[in-house]
Amino acid sequence: MSPQAFWQISYLIAAILITLSIKWLNSPTTARRGVRAGQIGMLFAVVGTLLRHEVVSYEWIVVGMVVGSAIGAPLAFLMPMTAVPQLTALSHAFGALAAALVGTAEYYQHQPHGFRMFALVVETLLGYLTFTASVMAFAKLQELVPTRPVTYRGQNVVNLSLLGIAVALGAWTIEGSAPGWAFPAFSLLALLFGVLLIIPIGGGDMPTVIALLNSYAGMAAAAMGFALNNKLLIIAGALNAASGFILSVLMCKAMNRSFTNVLFGAFGQAQEGSTTAAQQRPVRSASPEDAAAILAAARKVIVVPGYGMAVAQAQHKIRELTDQLVKRGVDVQFAIHPVAGRMPGHMNVLLAEADISYERLHEMEEINSEFSEADVALVIGANDVVNPAARHDTSSPIYGMPILDVDKAQTVMVIKRSLNPGFAGIDNELYYSDRTLMLFGDAKQFVAEIVKQLPKVA
Amino acid sequence: MSVEVELSIYVFVLAGFLGLELVHKVSPLLHTPLMSLTNAISAISVVGAILITGSGEATVLSKVLGTLAVVTATINIVSGFLITDRMLKMFRKDDKK
Repeated sequence: MSPQAFWQISYLIAAILITLSIKWLNSPTTARRGVRAGQIGMLFAVVGTLLRHEVVSYEWIVVGMVVGSAIGAPLAFLMPMTAVPQLTALSHAFGALAAALVGTAEYYQHQPHGFRMFALVVETLLGYLTFTASVMAFAKLQELVPTRPVTYRGQNVVNLSLLGIAVALGAWTIEGSAPGWAFPAFSLLALLFGVLLIIPIGGGDMPTVIALLNSYAGMAAAAMGFALNNKLLIIAGALNAASGFILSVLMCKAMNRSFTNVLFGAFGQAQEGSTTAAQQRPVRSASPEDAAAILAAARKVIVVPGYGMAVAQAQHKIRELTDQLVKRGVDVQFAIHPVAGRMPGHMNVLLAEADISYERLHEMEEINSEFSEADVALVIGANDVVNPAARHDTSSPIYGMPILDVDKAQTVMVIKRSLNPGFAGIDNELYYSDRTLMLFGDAKQFVAEIVKQLPKVA
Repeated sequence: MSVEVELSIYVFVLAGFLGLELVHKVSPLLHTPLMSLTNAISAISVVGAILITGSGEATVLSKVLGTLAVVTATINIVSGFLITDRMLKMFRKDDKK
């Protein structure tokens, strides 16, 4: 077999395995096989490439791979599960930077023309802007910079003109008569645009944004495939771009918002004045003893986790609570809103980490009809996703967003540190309902208290 | 448009549709692992990084940028696959340990 045929077959096998890996991820029973397939596929891609006759020197490649593995492996093992959104953002940043650097190197080395140059410019633009945007998303998730949306007058005009200038410089470069400074200037603007894109985005919009960045990273890889005329890159990039795209569409739908609204809407500025007034209204609060007694008497309890659960690291205590209640014959289920947490599926991962069976975790459409039969809805660190205002208050910024119907349960218990509104800055009328009991305190400590009180309930 | 380019566009469009079909079937339960897996897959750009770094005609600039790209792509591959597997290991059906 000629060397050429060898790498071509390697690429074909890699493309098949990568496709299968996404297919197998559709169910928890085959998902780990999917990861295995992806890894082997990647191995075929790398080994096939190393054997190509164009590759003549290996020392720097080996150095790069050793350094990369030495950084990547500890990153994956040491990060706590609550930090998965940050880690994902960081990973996107690294992948996108790789695409952009290759694009830059190709530009200076080969100076391609026509369609290849077009692909290269797209690759570099997406690569650089995804890089800085992901770094910013990481910084926001890690709370290195304020998570609240930062806005100023004319922000959208500034951002879009920057992007416009970058695209114009890119087009000039493609056309071929651009001076030497055009490409570096284009790269700098792409980097800057990535930063500015994320500044106005609040923590609660992160699920959509991370999904979108995931899609961009895929697009950058596919564009590299066009620039290098490499079908494997095109296939893997297109699969990834499609996946990120679907996820971000799902997240937008779950918030009843459009892409443009998420990216340029800067949520959370509205209604600041009205919240202070609303806080004067009376609420009913309860102690851990009361909560334990109510839970013990229930037949069916639906737990609604939100980002507050992740912040308080309450998932393990919730597992203990679930175990005790199940032992008492209580039916305990979990209702997961698509945008609960900071990335798609965030809550599922945390509850799985705490060893809660995935058969108890239900998506919104599946469980919403069951709230009317539930004796208790226990809301832990979720806010906007259970706000009934989304159903009827047309003036509310979250009007029209699909919510979990916790208010249909007999009793609603909300564990919350204070009455401060959630990220969207919207007051939640659920807290003032006469069916609602507020459990004020840290989610982890409060659940631990309930667990301690439960055995004392006869 | 050359035949090569035309073919590439067909491949891109069809792979995109395939991706939409496949991802639609993924349960929301696994959306986080899905994202970290596709994230690792996007680091397929390591192929481009290897080609430019190992090329016989590579300039110093290409070598430097290429090596950096190999490093960052490898970080993405390694951390992406490992974290996905670590997460999936936790998804259990059985309530009892």
